[in-house]
Amino acid sequence: MKCDLCDKAAVVHEIIIRNGVSAEVHLCAEHAIAAGYPLPIEQPIADIFPQIAAVAKVEGAKGKERTARCGACGLTYPAFRKSGHLGCPACYDAFSPLLDQVIERAQAGATHHVGRSPRGGDSGASAERVFAMRAKLMRDLESAVAAEQYERAAKLRDELKTFDSPTS
Amino acid sequence: MAAPFSAALSQIGPDSDVVVTSRVRLARNIAGLPFISRASNAVRLEVMRIVRRAVDHSVAQVSPEKREGLQWIELQNAPSRDRILLAERHLVSRHFAHSDGPRALALSHDEHASVMVNEEDHLRIQCLCAGSGLRDAFNAAFELEGALAESTSFSFHPRWGYLTACPTNVGCGIRLSSMLHLPGVVIMKEAERIKRAAADLHLAVRGYYGEGSEAIGDFYQFSNQTTLGAAEESLLENFHQVILPQIVGYEREARSAALDRHRARLEDFVLRSNALLNAARLLTADEATKHLSRIRLGSVLGIVKIELTTIQRLLLQVQPAHLSVVDPRATEGDEIEREVRASHVRGALAHPLTPPAQAE
Repeated sequence: MKCDLCDKAAVVHEIIIRNGVSAEVHLCAEHAIAAGYPLPIEQPIADIFPQIAAVAKVEGAKGKERTARCGACGLTYPAFRKSGHLGCPACYDAFSPLLDQVIERAQAGATHHVGRSPRGGDSGASAERVFAMRAKLMRDLESAVAAEQYERAAKLRDELKTFDSPTS
Repeated sequence: MAAPFSAALSQIGPDSDVVVTSRVRLARNIAGLPFISRASNAVRLEVMRIVRRAVDHSVAQVSPEKREGLQWIELQNAPSRDRILLAERHLVSRHFAHSDGPRALALSHDEHASVMVNEEDHLRIQCLCAGSGLRDAFNAAFELEGALAESTSFSFHPRWGYLTACPTNVGCGIRLSSMLHLPGVVIMKEAERIKRAAADLHLAVRGYYGEGSEAIGDFYQFSNQTTLGAAEESLLENFHQVILPQIVGYEREARSAALDRHRARLEDFVLRSNALLNAARLLTADEATKHLSRIRLGSVLGIVKIELTTIQRLLLQVQPAHLSVVDPRATEGDEIEREVRASHVRGALAHPLTPPAQAE
């Protein structure tokens, strides 16, 4: 059984009955946490975050120009080449080393940033922030379902999907 | 909408004979959120909420004289005329003015500082100044960026620096640009050479309204293309102290060469345009811009006695949305618009040494 919100295997399965209407929920570990469900197997949060960050790397490491895909936002490398726009901060790592060459060519051979950096140090804890954004959408979705605002719920579900699934 | 003529575009600054305005723009993205191309409306609204909060918070951070803050304009709710006014004033790109979805502009009252929210990047912090005063714009842009960073964190990568939607901006995320008036270079048929030299220096050359636009009235925007591998200060130094003086010097030489060798041709060029603007009963925006450009050259060279500020203001006022502010009849039809434009130009040039009256 796949997760309702992405292609990963669902680990949480629930049937919600509200006012006589039942709905099935199937979620992967990541989305289950986002929606506030306890995981069936005790899995510390710390184990989940590196997983999310790792998705980008593993998928990018295939290195194939046609198949590289950002695990965080779902953008494919060919789609990036077509539009010239990256999908999220994690794309920079997901598309390495293909992207590195593109950047170096565009930047007259430069390979590293040497300018200012944020005062608070590295703020690129990007996977966690994407995660937090999803979590918020999931909470909104839940409360929309609870309040029987089905139109709103459908909209939120669509938004979650554009967040999760590749468009190309 | 604020008074239309506080814009840097209508003011005079260093090297104003050649440099109309200069701008420093910083691209920043909120850490952890997807970039605009993958952002749902919910994400865009979240970006706007975060930036608005940061803008409100930043008011307390900046120097006391700027403490009145930035006004917040949500473009998806703004009337189309206001959006076009902003584009004509070069405060937003034309693409940003006409695109869809939640997006905003935070704008200082003097219009020198602004933040485009949800353009290509979550934030485009920009500071504009008259003439070649890039140093002031640079300092102002980083002051604003620093104030915004107090309450939000920007996406930053240990190797690539500030992450941007388009990798051509990655690193410093800084774009330094100047709008140059280069009629001398054009008259001397050197424009293509300048463009080639610019490409060798890693500069982008664009038209009057930025990316993809035409060079109307011999106005060209020059900007740096590399944002990685050099610190912000040295990018500024290179653009402001090395590149800009070269191009400005080139234009001044071209003008004096034209005066020496082809004085009659140059005077003819300027005075015909002056006569046309004083006589025409119908004018299109492009036609007006073209001839105003020529009397701008004439004013700088002393061929006509017209204040540069008068011409700068007219260059704005002949644009369609600005014209409709000057005289609402301009929206009543194409011919009426051209008639109103011609009449406004004649009126302003009848008193060439006093700037045109401010219209609200």
